[in-house]
Amino acid sequence: MTRVHDMGGRFGDGPVIPDPEGEVFHDDWHGRALALTLAAGALGQWNLDISRHARERLGPDYNRFSYYEKWIAATADLLVENGVLDASELTGDATDAPHPLAARKLAAEAVSSALSRGGPVDRDAGPAPIFQPGQAVLVRRPADSQLVEGGHTRLPAYAAGARGKVLRCHGNHILPDAHAHGLGEAPEPVYAVAFPASELWAHPEHPRDEVVIDLWQSYLTAA
Amino acid sequence: MPHDHSGDAHPHSLLPSDPALRVKALETVLVRRGLVDPAALDAIIDTYENKIGPKNGADVVARAWSDPGFRADLLADATATVSALGYYGRQGEHIVAVENTPETHNMVVCTLCSCYPWPLLGIPPAWYKSDAYRARAVREPRKVLADFGVALPPDTAVRVWDSTAEVRYLVIPMRPEGTDGLSREELAALVSRDSMIGTALAGAAA
Repeated sequence: MTRVHDMGGRFGDGPVIPDPEGEVFHDDWHGRALALTLAAGALGQWNLDISRHARERLGPDYNRFSYYEKWIAATADLLVENGVLDASELTGDATDAPHPLAARKLAAEAVSSALSRGGPVDRDAGPAPIFQPGQAVLVRRPADSQLVEGGHTRLPAYAAGARGKVLRCHGNHILPDAHAHGLGEAPEPVYAVAFPASELWAHPEHPRDEVVIDLWQSYLTAA
Repeated sequence: MPHDHSGDAHPHSLLPSDPALRVKALETVLVRRGLVDPAALDAIIDTYENKIGPKNGADVVARAWSDPGFRADLLADATATVSALGYYGRQGEHIVAVENTPETHNMVVCTLCSCYPWPLLGIPPAWYKSDAYRARAVREPRKVLADFGVALPPDTAVRVWDSTAEVRYLVIPMRPEGTDGLSREELAALVSRDSMIGTALAGAAA
């Protein structure tokens, strides 16, 4: 198993409660938390994979916190861990001293271009695909990171050891398992792999149902 | 490399316990140090409240329903096809469109976090980010659909897409019967946010 965030297939969570179309932020502070997280990220001191891992490392707080509480907590942790802020500044001991990173501040007039530019993760570098559409593959087992003990990975535990079929190759993408830990981009092919529900669950709902998971080449072997 | 902090307090525990105050406290520190512009925060919120939302995705679906050439382009290379309409950006750098048919119903989840096609659908709804949806959608999609009041024909297979990478999936719902004479704008009005995630059908009241 990996961490608390890896909940695919878990039992006991109760019903899904749909919420109305049109509501973007239920409370004002939700939007503020999202915006603050994006603005802090724009300082360039961490990447998307590091920020996902910071949320996953919240431990028991991950379960206790609502969605945007996770975001704001991980942002605060990243700011201190990366030396942007001193922990004492979070308790109210802030100074008005100009910060060395202030020149990287996201300006209001730059927001639109920053959001529309995005951050593509496809790369020309890395190995060629070794699996073809239609080919049977096996998912690595166990599912936890091969690179860092307890580290970030995008291989969900419920897929470990399962046999599926490659639907398509998405090209080479940055490997989050490396990128979240300062180990470079290490791009490799990502595949959409289809698994029969009966391969994943003891009591599948329907014999023809499938789950498709995007998986990196190093998560897979030929079946 | 950051530590795991198991056993000792995270820095975030130094912030006030009330979530709204916690956000305010962090914003205050970052603004005082010149690291965050409050007007930039306003601009980000305005973007996702008023500019980028499910109407973008509904426009794409309505075009796919009414223009076979567009539909073919969308299924072949959705990223390029929606980018040409201006729908590109953060959390939507790699888009794949999947089409519902009488044989297959598609549904999208992110079991590991909350990956979602922001440029097409905006910020994900609370239910999409809930533990219940993330845990159950892959294991019992039909029971989850029942929570939304949706029942599929018994011979329709469900294909659930778990967004574990940076690929973002857009579901193209089936075009409702009796919509032959409708304009693209009228068709777009039938396409709800949830129908493009796969937890509703097009034309059904959201």
